[in-house]
Amino acid sequence: MTPLLDVRDLRVGFNGVDVVHRIGFTIQAGEKLALVGESGSGKTVSALSLLRLVQNAQVQGSALLEGRDLLQLSERELRAVRGDEVAVIFQEPMTALNPLYTVGEQIAEVLQLKRGMTAAQARQEVVALLASTGIPEPERRAGAYPHQLSGGQRQRAMIAMALASRPKLLIADEPTTALDVSLRGQILDLLSDLQREHGMAVLLITHDLNLVRRFADRVAVMERGHLVEQGAVAHVFAAPQHPYTRRLLASRPRRDVVEPTVAADQPPALQARQLCVTYPVPLPGVRGWFRKGVFEAVQQVDFDLAAGRTLGVVGESGSGKSTLALAALGLLPHSGELRVGQSDWASAAAAGQTRALRQRVQVVFQDPFSSLSPRMTVEQIVGEGLQVHQPGLPRPQRRERVIDALEAVGLLSPEDTPDAWLQRYPHECSGGQRQRLAIARALIVDPQVLVLDEPTSALDVTVQQQVLGLLQGLQRERGLGYLLITHDVDVIRAMAHEVLVMKEGRVVERGPVLQVLDDPQHPYTRQLVQAAT
Amino acid sequence: MATTASLSPARRAWQRFKRNRLGYWSLLAFATLVVLSLLAEVLSNDRPLVVRYQGQTYWPLVHDYPETTFGGDFESNTDYLDPFIREQLSKGGNWAVYAPNPYGPKTLNYFAKSPNPSAPTGDNWLGTDDRGRDLLAQLIYGFRVSVLFALALTAIGTVLGIVTGAIQGFFGGRTDLAFQRFIEIWGSMPELYLLIIFSAVLAPSIGLLLVLLSLFGWMGLSDYVRAEFLRNRQMDYVRAARAMGLTNWQIIWRHVLPNSLTPVVTFLPFRMSAAILALTSLDFLGLGVPPGTPSLGELLSQGKNNIDAWWISLSTFAVLVITLLLLTFMGDALRDAMDPRKQDT
Repeated sequence: MTPLLDVRDLRVGFNGVDVVHRIGFTIQAGEKLALVGESGSGKTVSALSLLRLVQNAQVQGSALLEGRDLLQLSERELRAVRGDEVAVIFQEPMTALNPLYTVGEQIAEVLQLKRGMTAAQARQEVVALLASTGIPEPERRAGAYPHQLSGGQRQRAMIAMALASRPKLLIADEPTTALDVSLRGQILDLLSDLQREHGMAVLLITHDLNLVRRFADRVAVMERGHLVEQGAVAHVFAAPQHPYTRRLLASRPRRDVVEPTVAADQPPALQARQLCVTYPVPLPGVRGWFRKGVFEAVQQVDFDLAAGRTLGVVGESGSGKSTLALAALGLLPHSGELRVGQSDWASAAAAGQTRALRQRVQVVFQDPFSSLSPRMTVEQIVGEGLQVHQPGLPRPQRRERVIDALEAVGLLSPEDTPDAWLQRYPHECSGGQRQRLAIARALIVDPQVLVLDEPTSALDVTVQQQVLGLLQGLQRERGLGYLLITHDVDVIRAMAHEVLVMKEGRVVERGPVLQVLDDPQHPYTRQLVQAAT
Repeated sequence: MATTASLSPARRAWQRFKRNRLGYWSLLAFATLVVLSLLAEVLSNDRPLVVRYQGQTYWPLVHDYPETTFGGDFESNTDYLDPFIREQLSKGGNWAVYAPNPYGPKTLNYFAKSPNPSAPTGDNWLGTDDRGRDLLAQLIYGFRVSVLFALALTAIGTVLGIVTGAIQGFFGGRTDLAFQRFIEIWGSMPELYLLIIFSAVLAPSIGLLLVLLSLFGWMGLSDYVRAEFLRNRQMDYVRAARAMGLTNWQIIWRHVLPNSLTPVVTFLPFRMSAAILALTSLDFLGLGVPPGTPSLGELLSQGKNNIDAWWISLSTFAVLVITLLLLTFMGDALRDAMDPRKQDT
């Protein structure tokens, strides 16, 4: 049987430099192929260059769609293929939908253009399509603008739009990455159902092995522009042949934490009682001119974090977990009690003595690209904390301490010459290196508590594993207390001693991590745990 | 180490700027013109630079000498364009070094051979205006006044814009709201009327003009800086700095400001050219610099009044076009160099 799509010797280059090297794969009609790889592996470029959707790329090779070579088609012929025989859904539905038109108008446009429907027919078909993607009240949603829909609904609308032209092949580029964990499963199930119904083939581009296992029939693994392995999912996952595939499969976070021995009478490093954080929000109508409404982002949260232990806080976006992190850093006004050791943030702020507390609670943020000032060198970034907390320290000694911190996070080994590293700027470092820098910046003031706000969710899986290992090691050596904020149940399982599950600002479940994750009581926790497997 | 030397973002921007040939050469050309115009006294002056007269050395550029010094009849300042004085200074062992263009901006050549305004001649290379002043000298000095005025106006406007924008953007909330309303009110004041009223009430001077134009010149930039500050203050590195215990002032100075200067730098050449144009048009309307100050705008208005004296309008026009073009080329190159979306290849 001839395959639906037969890609041979595909090479993609930018400015004469190849980023995809002679890869080949096939997709049968109705088959689900997953293209996996880490960022920079060329998986998205390979797939999108088939439709010439990558700017300034030189594409060579052949890509036969039912015997026609896509790469030889004229721009005009290709336009007929795009969206008609091959449709694409993108990662970020908010930017992929035009904010000025309603969802219904955008889908109807496809129907009128590609299937020659009249406006009235299209309107009916839009509602049917939206209904098939499981959006509640499809008639009303068809008249909604993208910003009026939730993230999951937007992605469903994107899928409806892609399906409007009844494509033979659907390219899904990280379709669930921008969504919350519990939605990911639903969207994937939806894609599976629709794929079966329409009998179309799906090319899923992803970095998430869980998705591959759950969704795909076959998998192709890419590493730095090379296709290193492909085969049936069950086969590849059970017996990976290529070392990179093995490394990728082994990159699930590993649990490696110890129970610290702490004197019983020592107060917790960080303690919250009845912690509430509220934001003012505008009220609708004339009332909003005179007073503001109140949004309770965090409601009556209690926790104790002892030295050497990790308290995981898990929840989806909007659950208040990041607000909790900022409050723990003393960066948000709050009510209730929030103590660092013996002292309280609120009373320290009233007395104007927060600086001593700041030295004890430090932070590592999620995005390694926005958490380091792009115009400062590594030495300035890491050394800044010392300038603040030990202003009298002479420069050579400060530099010595910076080098120590860089060694502690594994950026430098003692035999390296440190100068090259100290003069570097953030843009010259990889994501993992930046995250290590952020950790070094926090460590240099010798804190007792580190607030880790999604510390690894922007990193590739293999790098994530290394950074988590580093954090575990630092905790063992220094007895650091971690407040670990994440949406990733795997990371919680690997790192935490206790866990809080947050939903809409409240703690819905708490307890020792393995107990909570293995035997979740609250339905929301169950949903989270299920979505992660 | 030399091969892997780290480049700061500013250095990288400079290298990108240098790669833009047109912009880079415009910068060099403009800098050369500015430096030359700063040396205007040496290039174009009605006094000799050095005089050797009867065994003594004189420096007319810095000292005034009465005509009697050089054998004249009067106690008044020497007119070095006087054929008699010229003869005295070249007799015997005497000599004098003249500037290449022996006229100052206000020099009236009483000894010209053709009536005013005179077309370009061997004496006046670009001709004279309708009062007999040398055009080349006026252009050189007028260019200098324009550029220095534009530099001062740009500097003041930039500093004011950064300060006000930074305050609004960093503190946000009510401060921002109050400042924004103030800017709206302030910006709706009729600038030109104020200029006309003030130039009628007060004696016109460059300083007054600088103050009046500065009062209104900071608002555009302030908005850009405000937007940059609003964006940067909620970046994670600012949060991390707060968590580290830095003061507001330290955060602004070390973290937010350096990352917010892109629009400021990008707009510098365009602000310069706008300032030059503003001065020129005010001078043209007679609202600008006091009479007697060399000015491109005043020359343009002379050109308009003496249409047949084509050399006045044509040469002034050429100077203005070249200046503004150079600035625009620089601005274009700078904008490309600062564009974060452009990657190094």
